[in-house]
This record gives sequence, C-alpha cells and structure tokens, in this order.
Amino acid sequence: MKVLGLVLAGGRGANLRPFTDIRASAALPIFGKYRAIDFTLSNMVNAGISKVGIITQYSPRSLMDHIGSGKEWDLDRKQGGLFFLQPFFRLSSETIGYKGTADAIFQNMTILKRGNEDFVLIGSGDHIYKMDFQRLFRAHINNGADITVLTIPFSKSSKEVISCNAGRVTGWYKDTKSFDINEEELRESAGVYFINKFLLRELLFSCVPEGKDNLVEVISANLSSLKVMEYRFEGFWRNLTADVAIYFKTNLDILNHKIREELFYKHGKIYTKLKDLPPPKVTTTGRVTNALVSDGSIISGSVINSVVFKNVRILAGAVIENSIIMEDCVIEEGARLENVIMDKNSRIRSGRKLSGSPENPAVVEKSGVI
Amino acid sequence: MTKNVVAMILAGGQGTRLGLLTDEIAKPAVPFGGKYRIIDFTLSNCVNSDIFNVGILTQYRPHALSKHIGIGRHWDLDRKDGGVVMLPPFQGRSDADWYSGTANAVYQNIDFIDSFNPEIVLVLSGDHIYAMDYNEIIDFHFSKIADGTIACMRVPMSEASRFGLMIANFEGRIMEFQEKPQQPKSNLASLGIYVFNWSFLKVKLIEDARDPNSAHDFGKNIIPRIISDNSGQLYAFNFEGYWRDVGTLQAYWESNLELTRPVPGLNLHEPTWRFYTHTEEYPPAYFSPEAKIRSSLISEGCEVYGTVENSLLFQGVHIGEGSIIRDSVVMTNCIIGEHCTIEKAIISERTIIGNSVQLGFGEEKPNKVSPEIYNGGLVIVGSDVKIPDNVLVGKNTAIWNHVGEKQFEGEVPSGEILYPEER
Repeated sequence: MKVLGLVLAGGRGANLRPFTDIRASAALPIFGKYRAIDFTLSNMVNAGISKVGIITQYSPRSLMDHIGSGKEWDLDRKQGGLFFLQPFFRLSSETIGYKGTADAIFQNMTILKRGNEDFVLIGSGDHIYKMDFQRLFRAHINNGADITVLTIPFSKSSKEVISCNAGRVTGWYKDTKSFDINEEELRESAGVYFINKFLLRELLFSCVPEGKDNLVEVISANLSSLKVMEYRFEGFWRNLTADVAIYFKTNLDILNHKIREELFYKHGKIYTKLKDLPPPKVTTTGRVTNALVSDGSIISGSVINSVVFKNVRILAGAVIENSIIMEDCVIEEGARLENVIMDKNSRIRSGRKLSGSPENPAVVEKSGVI
Repeated sequence: MTKNVVAMILAGGQGTRLGLLTDEIAKPAVPFGGKYRIIDFTLSNCVNSDIFNVGILTQYRPHALSKHIGIGRHWDLDRKDGGVVMLPPFQGRSDADWYSGTANAVYQNIDFIDSFNPEIVLVLSGDHIYAMDYNEIIDFHFSKIADGTIACMRVPMSEASRFGLMIANFEGRIMEFQEKPQQPKSNLASLGIYVFNWSFLKVKLIEDARDPNSAHDFGKNIIPRIISDNSGQLYAFNFEGYWRDVGTLQAYWESNLELTRPVPGLNLHEPTWRFYTHTEEYPPAYFSPEAKIRSSLISEGCEVYGTVENSLLFQGVHIGEGSIIRDSVVMTNCIIGEHCTIEKAIISERTIIGNSVQLGFGEEKPNKVSPEIYNGGLVIVGSDVKIPDNVLVGKNTAIWNHVGEKQFEGEVPSGEILYPEER
C-alpha cells in the first residue's frame, strides 16, 4: 500500500503567544530537543511513508529551517521525499493564502494528481502522540471504510466532537451544549484522516468551490453517503496549541517514566534536526534531579523537575525548579526560577528571581534578558 | 587554496595496546567522548579546515569504520566534487597487496591522489584526539618553501622515548630524526601529521617502494631517509594546542575522563570548531529524583537512577537505582542494574550488568596474561557481555567481548582475563 502523507503545519497558534509570535505552532519546541511537527512526521516515516507534503502558511521560516531537506527523516529522496506546499498568488483570486485545511489541499491538487499513491494520510503538525499508523491502515481496509478518522476519548471542553455508532461516525459537532446524546457514544477527533486519494480529489473538487474550506466540513457533509469510520487511539495525545498552561504541562509530562517510554521507545524513534553538540555535562557544583537535559548543555547549578533544551548554561548557584529552559539560554549565578518557560536564547541575570504558577507560568520571550 | 589539498588518513592500524577494545574494530572506530569515534576528530579537523578531498586508508577490521563513515554525510563530505573515499587494500595488476606500512598504503593509492592533481598532500593519522586548523601548518609549510612539514609538540623528556623525535635548527628545519630512541636527544615529538608537496612525496614513495629493506613506514623509513640523504627540506611545525594519542587503555581512560573536568583541554563546545559524528537519534538524558550526578558527562538517551561521579556515560546507558559509578567510561546502550559499584572501569558497548555487581574490587595484582596492556587498576569489560547478579570483579582484569552469563562463577579475582567459551 502506497500512502502519501500530508501534514497541516500552517497554524497560527494564537493561544500560544508569545511563543507563536515568531514561529508556526508546528515549530514549537518540546521535550528538550524536538519540535511539535517531529511527532507526526516521524510517525508517518515509521509507518513506511516516503512522500510527505507539509502545508505551511503562517511564519514558516523556523519550521523550514528545522526540516531542511528532510534528511533526518530519510525524506531527502530522488523518488518522493519532502514537499513544502506554501500559499501562493493565483490569477483567479485576489487573496493570497489558504482559507482552510481543505482549501489548502485543493490549491495543491498537483501533489494528489501526480505520484502512484493510493491513499492519503492527513495529520496535524501541532499534535504530540506516538502511534503505529500501519494499524490504522489495516483497520481502514478491514472495515471497508471510505474515510477513517483517528479519535481520542471525549472531554467536555472538546471542540471536535464526534458521535459514533458501532465504529461508524454519525455526527460531527463543534461542542456538546446544543444537543443531548449519550456520552458513551461520543469521541473527539484527533485531526488525523485516512482516505483514498481519488475519493479525496473528488470530495475536494465538489466541496471546496461551494465554500467548504475545512476538511471537517467536507467530511461531515458526507457522513450519510460515505462510510466514515473511527479508529480509537487511547495513548498519550496532546494538542499543543490549546493554551500556554497545557504547553507547559505537556513539556513537563515527559518526566513521567511511562510517557517517556511511550513517546520515545515504542513504535520507532522520533527524529529531529541533529546539531552534533557534545554530551550534556554536570560539573562538580551541579545537581540534577528529575529532569531532562539535552546535548551541549552544561549544568553547574541545581535543576529540579525541569526540561533543559540544547546548549543551555546553568551557572553555579542558580536554582531551576518546574521550568522549561529552551535552546541557548543562559541562567547566571544565583538566579532562581520557578514555573518559568524561557524561550530560545534568553538570559537571566545573576541573582534575579522569577516565578509563576503551574496554571500561569512566567514567560521569558525569545532573546529576552531579565 | 585548500582546493588542491588531499588528506590521506591512516586508519588501518589495530592498536593492540587497547586490548579487547580493538579486538573487533580498528582503533579509529573506537568510541570516544560520549558520542564520537576516534576518527571523528581528524575528519572534523579536515572539514573545519575546508579540506574536502579525503581518503581513508583502512585495513584492519574496517566494517565498523565503513559503517560509521558511510558516504561521509555527517561531515558534509557527501559531495559532487571530492568528498570522502574509503581506500582498503586491493588487488591490482602486479605490486598491489596488503598495505605493508603507512608509506606503502599511500604508495598504493598514488593513482587516487594523482586524480586530484594536488599541490599538497596531508598525511594524517585516524588514531589521535586533537583540534587543529590544518591551514596553519600548510601556511607555515609554504612560508618555509619546504618540501615537507611535520607537526610537533614538546613532550616531557621522560616520555620522549615513546615518540619519533625531531632535532631542529633555529629556523625549524629538521636536522636529525630519531624514531622512538632509547636515549632521546630532544623532546620535540612528531604528532604523525605530515604536509608534503605531492610532486616531492611521490618520488620518495616510489624510491621507498623499490627498497627491499624498507618497512615502508613514514616514521621509520621515509622521514629518516630524506634527512640522511639531505634530499629535501623538512621543517618542524610547533603545535601548541590539544593533542592526545589514546594508544593505551590508561591514556584512553584518562583522556575520556579529562572531558568531565570544569575546563578540559579539548573544548567540545567550541561553536567555530565543532566535532561531527554519526550517531543514532536518542531522546535527551533523564535524571531521576534519586540520581546524584557530579562532574560527569551524561549523553542523550541515558536514564540515570543511581549515582555517577567523575564518569562518562555514552548514549542510551541505563543506570539502576542505588548503583554507584565512579571514575568510569560506560559505552553506548549498556544497562547497569541496581546496587552495583563500578570503579575505574571501561565498559564497552551493549553490555548488560545485573544487580549488586562490583567491578574494581579487592587488592591490586598485575594481570597474569598481558600486564603491559591491562594495568593501572582498571577493569576492562568488552562489548555484548552479560554479567549476572552478585558477581565481584577485581582490578587489572579484562572480560572479553561476548562473555556470557554462564562463564561467571561468583568472582573474577584481580589480574584475571575471562574469555568467551568458543574462543
């Protein structure tokens, strides 16, 4: 089975300012050395997908810098490989850009027309999870489905609610306020769709010109005519763009042994851009407990319950607790941080104190100095 | 200017004094510094010096080395023009055979070098750990209008007899050369880094190849002959940076642990002189709430639940709860159980150690088989070894690669070597 991967990575991530002021949400740093998109991209590559289109729109520079030629994912290929699908000017339209996820694929119809793939797997660059997509492919075939949607357990705050009957998707709702359905039948969409390529083309040609710009609209308009099935995912799944508190909490979740096991060691590896930095170093004054530390970092202070990204310097006497310290940060002597997210390349002057709360972490912006 | 330079890296040696570490792989492929292999330093120096025509002369067990280097992509040496080429010995029309010496290895690849039509050939060793901008020695070479230039370093007089020594005049011109002499006349030691005008070296290599009494070695034959014949001008370039020959287990262990010091001689963090390598993808290192780490390098993929002091853990090492690792080098993907005590050990790749194992235990006694290799109180554990629970291992010991659980009977006393069954 040949599958084309499409990653939706154009999101603005407005709830995650200031981190998304300078980067697309799919390029959000996570777990010490990764970017959000690494998870979906690695899941696809681990499932044997060798042709991937990445649909970008908002602020793609850091995302493109991260992915480059796709070499780390073995996507620098002569056949297939990696395609960046960026918005462009069209003669037929005054506006530039994609109006929605379906419109984005519609405007890049060439990638669906070319190539010998039979199926398309559509995922989002903002979601953190690890799964074996091969199982989803098999379920799709066994169910004789037209479209398979990945679903996660339903929650009250969900904005992508799906009602199901014996595995078949029967309804798609923006929230649960307006109706009354047995909650046992409700699931939440994880934003992953598996669909026959030719069917997708037909759906896009028939729906997008009518003004249905999002995939959800396209699919939910055809629930009665098509066999749309759900595939249940019960593992660790997070949408990073929900809000800053969830972004903060998700980053710290990796200190849990079970979550590390699931995300890093099950169903293949997570690939990311390599930088060839030397191994992390803890000096004679350093103390590290319950923390994740990446290459190139030198720890001379204390690090407790925290995630330390690459090439960070934590100088003697500094105390870091419950914090996320991104790449190239420097924390000078005697500084104290608690519940802080430091964006890349920022610096805390010696003796300064900064603290937030788990629900409302203090934020140091990129290249900021405090 | 560097376009017309070809670097030839000698990577065929076994490195017998590294004992079981080089039983299955060539010395340049021995892991070093948490994620590197020894040859990475020479290769990175080439790339950082903008030298992109590189030949690697291999002979002894080249598989690990070939796999590591591949097409050179991790060093940006996968190029349309030039790049890295592995040069194993080959069968030719007549005089080709196994490489009989360092000079013979280069001699047999004259065609390869000629294909670049270079002005300068850099002869390097893949056995050394150092950071050096080759442009400096090449500039020096040009400024002296030399035929050949040898990089040298002052060493303590007591150690001088381990090296090839230069006696140079006030200008730096080499007047006399002693290869590992009993009575050293100088402490200016050769670092095994040579710059030659290719037209000059080619003639010398052909002359040497015709000499039946020659061992075809740069240090033993080519260099002494140029000086005794006075057939060329050789200069000594005084190098003042970091350079180590990790030729013995003791030196290998010390150089690795040196990296854990606050300001090590070799700066792996220098952003303008990065060392590149080919490694697997691992998640960041995890330190548990019980972990106590002091003065150590803990590579990515490690999960530490115990105590690590003054040690170097390579990638993917797992240290169980209550275990103490002190003054040790633990290589990639080793798993160490709970409540172990490991002191002054070198543990090779993928070794699995059970619970309550003690390495480096008891009185120090010289090794019974090879005291010249296994000394200094070190415990050397090979790759893919399985040590069962409650085993005690003494000092100056070696546990060979692939030793299985069944071969341990409670204790390995100081001075023993434990071999696998099928050996």
